[in-house]
This record gives sequence, structure tokens and C-alpha cells, in this order.
Amino acid sequence: MSALSAATAGTGVSPGSALLAADTVGKPAVNITIFALFVVITLVIVIRVSRGNRTAADFYAGGRAFSGRQNGIAISGDYLSAASFLGIAGAIALQGYDGFLYSIGFLVAWLVALLLVAELLRNTGRYTMADVLSFRLRQGPIRTAAAASTLAVSFFYLLAQMAGAGGLVNLLLGVSGETGQNVTIAVVGVLMIVYVLVGGMKGTTYVQIIKAVLLVVGAAVMTFWVLGKAGFDLSSLLGDAVAASPKGDAVLDPGVKYGISNLTKIDFVSLSLALVLGTAGLPHVLMRFYTVPSSLEARRSVVWAIWIIGCFYLFTLVLGYGAMYLVGADKINAAPGKANSAAPLLAFELGGTFLLGIIAAVAFATILAVVAGLTITASASFAHDVYNNVIKKGAANPESEVKVARITAVVIGVVAIVGGIFAKDQNIAFLVALAFAVAASANLPTILYSLFWKGFTTRGALWSIYGGLTSAIVLIAFSPVVSGKVDATGASASMIKDTSVDFSWFPLENPGLVSIPLAFLLGWLGSVTSREPLNAEKFAEMEVRSLTGAGAEKATAAAH
Amino acid sequence: MSTTQLAPGDDGATTSGALGAGTGPVSAPTYAEIQRSAEFADLRRRFRRFVFPLTALFLVWYFLYVLLAAFAPGFMGHELFGNINIGLLFGLGQFVSTFAITMIYARWAGRTFDPAAEALRARFEAGQPTATGQLAETGQLA
Repeated sequence: MSALSAATAGTGVSPGSALLAADTVGKPAVNITIFALFVVITLVIVIRVSRGNRTAADFYAGGRAFSGRQNGIAISGDYLSAASFLGIAGAIALQGYDGFLYSIGFLVAWLVALLLVAELLRNTGRYTMADVLSFRLRQGPIRTAAAASTLAVSFFYLLAQMAGAGGLVNLLLGVSGETGQNVTIAVVGVLMIVYVLVGGMKGTTYVQIIKAVLLVVGAAVMTFWVLGKAGFDLSSLLGDAVAASPKGDAVLDPGVKYGISNLTKIDFVSLSLALVLGTAGLPHVLMRFYTVPSSLEARRSVVWAIWIIGCFYLFTLVLGYGAMYLVGADKINAAPGKANSAAPLLAFELGGTFLLGIIAAVAFATILAVVAGLTITASASFAHDVYNNVIKKGAANPESEVKVARITAVVIGVVAIVGGIFAKDQNIAFLVALAFAVAASANLPTILYSLFWKGFTTRGALWSIYGGLTSAIVLIAFSPVVSGKVDATGASASMIKDTSVDFSWFPLENPGLVSIPLAFLLGWLGSVTSREPLNAEKFAEMEVRSLTGAGAEKATAAAH
Repeated sequence: MSTTQLAPGDDGATTSGALGAGTGPVSAPTYAEIQRSAEFADLRRRFRRFVFPLTALFLVWYFLYVLLAAFAPGFMGHELFGNINIGLLFGLGQFVSTFAITMIYARWAGRTFDPAAEALRARFEAGQPTATGQLAETGQLA
């Protein structure tokens, strides 16, 4: 333990303020400097690599020229959002084992992408998820529906990231008060717009690669540091964590968060279902498979991503229990970002101002890279699916389509800034879980049906997408998440802070257990009740193409 | 690279219908012909026989874990040595199984699936006039 933390523990004042008082001048300046350095370096790279950006394939898919390894690292960068890093480490630090459950769902989910989706999608589609869904069905309605769910998932996910940015600001940059947080959210939003406009998919991919390397290396250093303090004995680290935690032994067992009642247990099963089926339905993850030249490279991407993401989650396990032991639950709870601040506080505990600065910059880089990826996905979906294929019936010229994508990116950026300002007090891991629930309900059933079921029809797809999307969102709106939940002290634990407002009737916090089976059922029901004849020619093309890659999109740029 | 010109990638005006036998030499099989072929049926069967059971396996394994964590915390909390309990090992076991399935699949795909898929693709593309990108356009935007 450093002298600083001993001093903090001794004074008995709020740890947050003690932390600042001990290091008021240096810390925010260091954090801001390191973060600014990251922004400058990545901007230079983005500008350099995107000089050749001309076509839609360049803007949306980076010319399809990234290698499997590059894309695998970029996928990790896209996937390991602030929720993974800050949210999971924080959840483990406060609730122990139950935080670990999140990371397992997030990892196992990749097998769905690896085995069932990535390669077939790469072979079949071009830029967006809807390319695959609408391949042999009616273009207009399917693309509209797919764009609606893409925008909805991206919006939830964006909110989570922006909320994370806002919540961290007090702690990391020494900015205090509403205005400071709002300004930071706006800065993140503007930077993200710049990355997307200037760099397109190619630039965004490089930002994600750089960020992923920084994040994984940073987490690895902290992990070995923590393990070193425990003599590289996991058991003794867990023992120290138990001794330091007010919850004692319980933090090593499942149940601290989800074991309270049968309802919370079912809620946990619901969450797990959404996590494991959500990943392969996340539009920004799916879109990354188009940035490689072939389905083989798409497979390699996922293999790389699984190794990186798996190792990273093993690190967060150590970091979470390390924070429980070295920082302590009281200090984490008293810090401005609560659970989200566990990892940064641990960094400060270990390596002082400098390591905190690095980790703070990495956390911001994480948020920045993920929001950029989300923005490009949402803008591609709108420009390619809605503008070109629905409004212009596929006849828009590429320049105007990319122009629409750029305008959309700006609009999404502004919406994200405003939304992030409103959502800044929400728990980010939880918001991301909601995005997963919507993705698993609205997107995955349709993707699987259209890839594997000959009898799937346009009506089935529309019922499944709209049914999954609507049921997930409606159930969230009428869940305790939005209104009517109070914590032990009587304070509101819902989005609506006024405890007298309570319109919740759905008992679960995660809708997946209902909305995912419902979406699968609707997809089947809609198909068997519709008389749409099989488009045999397109079905043959889709099946042959998805499995063999015959006629699949080729790379349009030289390898990077 | 010449493909930059060959693959418009953006020309939404291209429509389908050109994929019939008329586009290439007589010997070039169409998608429908490939789909009807015994080789393709075999490829599809082998793919599904491999990935579907594997998917079922990891989902059952995952939900066994989830249900035990939710409804049998006592069992999961049983300490085996030191502070290491069944729950932690079970959780780490999910990591191990995920890594293992990833390697098993990648190895199978590389050795068994890819050569067969590659052969079919070569047959299809051999007969196509501009296999570098033109073809991809035709089918995409109907």
C-alpha cells in the first residue's frame, strides 16, 4: 500500500477529496496531457491512413483489406468497451463473483459469432447486417426494419459509453460539477464525429487497434502488479479481498447481487441469455466482418478476438478482487463514479499519478473508439439501407450515399451528446446489457433464420425484428429499471428519480428471457403463415455464396 | 491494384438477373446448379453436422453454469483448496471450453471445410467472366 492511501485511510475524510487534496495539481493535468497525446497521435494516423478513402467500400469497410489479426484486435477494441473494463472490474470489486458472471457471458457469446455467423455473413453481405437479412427477401421492408433495430441498439450502446464518459470525468480529470461533465461528453462526441468523418472505417479501425493494445497492455501490467503483491497466489489474493470486504466470504460465491430472491435469480438467467445471444447480433460487431478480404480472414478475426477478449476478462477478475483488497469498497462507493471508478482507483493505488493518468487516458480512448465504431455502423445502416436501398431503390450514386452517411454521423454524434448528458448517472454495464438484450431479440433470430432456414419469409423477418425490438423496449420501459425501484435507504434506484412515479409492471430488469424466445417464435409463426413463394434463385445464390464464398465481395484496396 | 477499378462497390444501379448460364461459357455452373450438386449437399451437411452439435454443447455447458450460479450458490461456494471454490473453477472452465472450442473449430475448418468449399468456389468462378468483383455486384442489389 502506498503512503498516499495510508494517509487517506487515516484522515477519515471522503476518499475522493483526499485523493484530490493529496495530488490536486498534478493529476488532472497529467491525465489530460496523456489523453490529449492519444488524441493527437490517433488523429494523425487517421488522417494519414484515410487519404485514399474514395468509395463506399472504403468508407464503410476500410477497403476490405484488413488482415484477420488486425481485425481481431480491432474487434476487441470495439467490444472491450468502458462497460467491460470499468463496469466489470467495478462490479467484481463491489459484488465479487457476480461481476465475474458478466464477463463469462460476454466471452462465451463469441462462439455464436464464430460458429454460426461471422463467415457466412462475410460471404453473403457487403456493408450492413441488412445486406444478409434482405438477400432473398423483400428489400424495402426488411432493410427498413433492420435499420430501425440497428439504430436502436447503437443508441443504447452509445448512451452507455457517453454515460461512462460523463461519470468518469470528476474522478479522472478533476473536472467537477454538471457543466464540466457535460463539456467532457460534448468533447468526446465531437472527437468521435471527427474520427468518423475523416477516417471512415479505415481510420476508426486503426483507432480501435491502438486502443485495444493500450487497454490490454495496461490491464496486463496492473494484473501482474496486483498478483505480484499477492505473491502470485490467487488464493491468497482472494483471501485478502475477503478480509477487506464488508461482505466477507460471500464475495467469493455467486449470489451477492443476483441471489437475493427468486426474482433476481430469474433476472440473472434473463441477463445471461441476452449476453450470450446478443454479441452476434450487435450491428457494430457484425460490420467489422466486412473489413477483411475473405471468410477465412473473418474466422481468423474471431479467433484473435476470442483470445484477446478472454485474456482481458481474466485480467478483470484479478483487477476486481485487487481493487476490493487494495482500494476497498468504501472508497470505491464514495468516489464520484462509484463502481466505474474501481479500476482507475486501483491504478492510482498501484502506480500513483502516472499509472492513473495512463489508465484514465485508456478509459477515455476506449469510450472514444467504441462510440466511433457505433457511429459509423449506425450511419452506414441509415445511408446504405434506408437512403440508398429504400428511398432511392438502390439507385443512389456512391458519392451521395457516403455523403448521407457523413451527415448521419454528425446527427448521431449530436444525439449521443445530448443523450449522454441525460444518461450520465446510469450504470454503464447495465445500459450495455440492455443493448445486448435488444440485439439478441431483434437481430439474432432473423440472422440465424435467414442463414439456415429455407422456409423463412419476409413476414417472418418483419415480425421477428419488430416483435423483438418492441417487446424488448416496452418491457424495459415498464420494468423497475425505469420507474418504481427503491434501494434499502428508500432512495430511487430507477432512471426516474422521483419515487412517487411508478408505472412498472414487468418484474425483471432484463427483458431477454421473454423477448428473445418471443422473437424466435414470431419469426417462425410469421413464416409459416405467409404465402410468399421461395425465391429459389436468390436462395441458391445465398446458400452457395455463404458457404463457399463464390461471388463474395472482394477487397477493393491493397493490404494495409 | 487493378481490382480497385474492377469492383465498383458502389454502383447501386447494377441489377441482378445476369447470373444465368448466359454470362459465362457453357461449362460454368450457376448457383442453382451448384446448390443441387452432391458436393455442395455434402459440404452443407458436414458444416451443419459440425457446428450445430458444437453450438448445442457450449450453450448447454454455459446454461448449466448459469443455472448453478443462480440456484445452487451453496454448491458453487464449496471451497476445494485455499479460497478457490467450485464456482471459480467452473467459471474459469467456461474460459477453457471457449478457447478449446475455438481451436477445435478453426482446425476443423482449415483442414476439412476450407478445401471442399474452395473447390466448389473455384468451379463457380472459373466460368465467370470477371471473377474479381463484377460478379459480386450482380447478385447483391436486387
